[in-house]
Order: sequence, then structure tokens, then C-alpha cells
Amino acid sequence: MPDYSKPLPTPDPITQPFWDSVKAHAMQMQKCAHCGKFIFYPRAVCPHCFSRDLKWTPVSGKGKIYGFTISHQKVIQAFANDVPYVIALVELDEGARLMTNLVGVEPDPAKIKVGMDVVVHYDDVTDAITLPKFKPA
Amino acid sequence: MNNISGKVVIVGVAESDQIGIVPDKSVLQLHAEAAHNALNEAGLSIKDVDGIFAAGTSPMETAEYLGIVPKYLDGTSVGGSSFVIHAGHAATAIANGLCNVALITHGESGRSRVGAGGFPQSPQNMRGQFEAPFGLPLPVGAYAMACSRHMALYGTTNEQLAEIAVATRKWAAMNPKAMYRDPLTIDDVLKTRWVAWPFHLLDCCLVTDAGGAVVLTSMERARDLKTQPVAMLGFGESIDHSMISQMRDFTSGPAKISGKQAFEMAGVKPSEIDLAMIYDSFTYTVLLSLEDLGFCKKGEGGAFVSNQRTAPGGAFPLNTNGGGLSYTHSGMYGVFTLIEATRQLRHDYQNEGIRQVKNAKLAVAHGTGGVLSSAGTAILARA
Repeated sequence: MPDYSKPLPTPDPITQPFWDSVKAHAMQMQKCAHCGKFIFYPRAVCPHCFSRDLKWTPVSGKGKIYGFTISHQKVIQAFANDVPYVIALVELDEGARLMTNLVGVEPDPAKIKVGMDVVVHYDDVTDAITLPKFKPA
Repeated sequence: MNNISGKVVIVGVAESDQIGIVPDKSVLQLHAEAAHNALNEAGLSIKDVDGIFAAGTSPMETAEYLGIVPKYLDGTSVGGSSFVIHAGHAATAIANGLCNVALITHGESGRSRVGAGGFPQSPQNMRGQFEAPFGLPLPVGAYAMACSRHMALYGTTNEQLAEIAVATRKWAAMNPKAMYRDPLTIDDVLKTRWVAWPFHLLDCCLVTDAGGAVVLTSMERARDLKTQPVAMLGFGESIDHSMISQMRDFTSGPAKISGKQAFEMAGVKPSEIDLAMIYDSFTYTVLLSLEDLGFCKKGEGGAFVSNQRTAPGGAFPLNTNGGGLSYTHSGMYGVFTLIEATRQLRHDYQNEGIRQVKNAKLAVAHGTGGVLSSAGTAILARA
């Protein structure tokens, strides 16, 4: 997949375990050992209680659409051929939220609902990077 | 805190010489023209300015270009709300004797990009890692995502969002400086193309070139000046997040905190406000702000703006300059909420029929910045 032209993440030491976990198709997130909440994006401290005691923990990959948009904009060159496409914020059953693309469903507001059940779909976009996308459960 | 309320006043407001499409003027020239015009209006000179407030460009660049050596400066740059936040900071500084004449300037070549900076993006920062790979168009996609949840939870409709665009256009029709002045119907809005569902093209603000400036000083100093002073009765600010994926609640933003503080400091209730200048980057920005500021209950924003309630002659005068939706929106629009609120409270439009909000005594100027990220609220009063 050498011709992948869309923006790719460059992991940093704190976020590397997340990117490693999605590459392994077994997503993990940090769970705070103090307040018990799952957090995302990965941090050095818990944004809920400021604890530094965060443990990488497997997550289910199941969740619900918290909000979404269907982009018809061609302003981002690399995505211009994809319009219309769906960008969603998914709230995992564990409580943490992440931005993603919704795949496996028409980009039609009649077919996508806030609150709809979705499940992770690992998209191996390059040899190094896998993006966690979601599809209807 | 209460000893600040009402002690500092706005004595000059202005746009740059031209706004709209200004392809021959740089960002800093737009700052300079607006500053010049606002100081002239007040009858003050650049030599009187001892406090500088700027966003977009830094206070260093701005002061250097204008020839100011300030003893108070603030470069809080949190998007379009920055200038309203600056007004609060200026009031605090002046009331405490840290400076005497504060100049807030804005200049942005949003459309023509003359002397404009870029938007640096790194694949390693949090947005680069956790948002950019999914192609969210910014800022529109962020506001659109948030709006989708309000619609799902509260039944808010595209027709209700369009009510805001249509009413705002009616105000713009009376403002010769507004870019779009042709009449608009709800149907017209709904027929425009999707930009990012649930937003049609006319749910989105303009992209223009413009400068704007506001001059503040103490009430004592204002007595010798040319203009009717407008007092900073209350103000507040807050931040909820930087990235939209980190917003705590898509249906409630930082305006809840900034508004509460501003109203409490001013000692007034939303029901006492005569007109509201509320940043309208998108129609949803207005609807959410109206709820968060307490003009209506959570979820009732759609009903609140229905039946052209915010249009000229309506019960709730809103964005009486034509707003970012139809008048001008250079990128960080917040300064224009202060400018128009001041003009209405001075009764500048008293010979222009319903353009002037009758007996306007109290106004709210409210800015939203980033992607519903930051908020600044000011309660202004005819002094």
C-alpha cells in the first residue's frame, strides 16, 4: 500500500501502545487505576482525576455513535475523491470516545443514527499503521 | 470582582476602511486601519494607548506595526472568542490601574490571504494522530458533528437552523457594509448544497477580509471623550477542549461558564437583555450559545429561534449587523460582536428605523472560538 496519500499519525512514546494495539487488531486504551475511567487520547495523566497511574487495558471495540457528520467538502485534498464520507465520534462501551470513519454503510443520514451500535473495523492502511474504523454492529 | 463591574467603558469601535473582499491589504494593515478609525472616533491618539490586546497576530507584531510601547499586554489567542475575552481582561487591567487606554485589534485576510499565516499541522500532535487521519473538514465538520447530537436528542431541525440564517440576513439587508444583503427564505437555505451534513452551505458563515478594533478606558477618562460610553458591566470566559473529539458534551459548551460569570458580575438576568450579539460561525453555534447563556432551556433553542423571532422587529433582536452569516466573517469574528453591541447601545442607528433596537440599554456580546472550544461573554450597558 505505498500509494496511501491520506494523513497518517506519527506515534509518540505515550501513544505508541495504542497504535501497536490497533495494528495487532486488539485495541487497548489506558484505564485509570485511581478513578477507574478509561481515557482517550493517551496521556501522561488522567484528565478526570490527574492520577499518573494509568494501565493499558483491552477494550471491547463495541460502542455507539455519539455524533457524526457526512462531509461533502473537497478541501482536504487527500479525501476529495471520497466525498461524501462519514466521520463519527464513537463512544465505546467502556466510556472513552474516539474519532473515526464509519464504513460499511451508505453515507445517508436516513441510515445512520446517533446512538446506533457500531463495532471496530481495523483498516490496515499501510504496513506500519492500522486505523480503527467502525461499522454498524 | 464586583468592584470591576461598570468601571471600564468602550469609547471607540471601528472596522477597517473596507471589509469583505479586500485583496490589496495585509492582515497588519487591516489591524492598523481599524485601530486608527476606533481611536479617531473616541478622540484619542495612539500615544494614549498603553495596553495592547491582540489575537491571530501576536501583541509583539501588532504593537511594533502600530508603534505602541505598552505597559500592559495580552495575546490570549483562543480563536474567535479571543477579543471578547480581551475586553474582560482590559476591563480588569484598567479598573486596577495597570493601564489606562486599552486597544483591542483584529485583522484577518481570511479570504484573500494577504500577509496571512498558515495553520501548522503536525502528524504527531494530538489532532494529527487522532483526528486528521479521518478527514474531518475543519472547522465545519466539528460543528456539524456536535449539531447532529443536538438534533438527535432534542429534535432540532434543519428548518429551525435555517430560521437563524434567514433572520440574520434581514438584519444584513439594512447594513451597507454587509456582504450578503439579498432576501433569503428558509426554503432557499434548505436548497443550498450540503457542506457537511447536517449543515447546508447557508448554515455556514462567510469567509472575508476584515479588521476591527475596540478602545476601552476608565469611566473617569471617558467623560472628556467624544462618544457615548458603553460600560463593561460583566464578563466571563472559559475553555472546554481544543479538539472536537474531546468536547465533554456536544450539546453544551464553555458558554455555560462564561455566561454565568458575566451575568452574575453584571447583576442582570438574560430576560433583561435588549439585544444579543452572538458569534454565528454556523447556525448551530448560535442555537447552542442561546441555550448555554440561559436565554432558553437546554434543548429549546430550536423553538426559541422559530417564527423569525430574532429578525428585525422580532421579540429577540439578534446579530443586528447581519452577523458572520451575512455581514462579515474574517476567521475570528468575535471583535465584531463588541462593535455592533456598542453601536446599538449608543443608538448610532436612531435615524435608521427598525435597524436601531429601540431604547437599547443592555446587550450581550458573546464569542465562540476554535471548535466550540472557548467562550467569552461580555454584558454591556449604555452608561
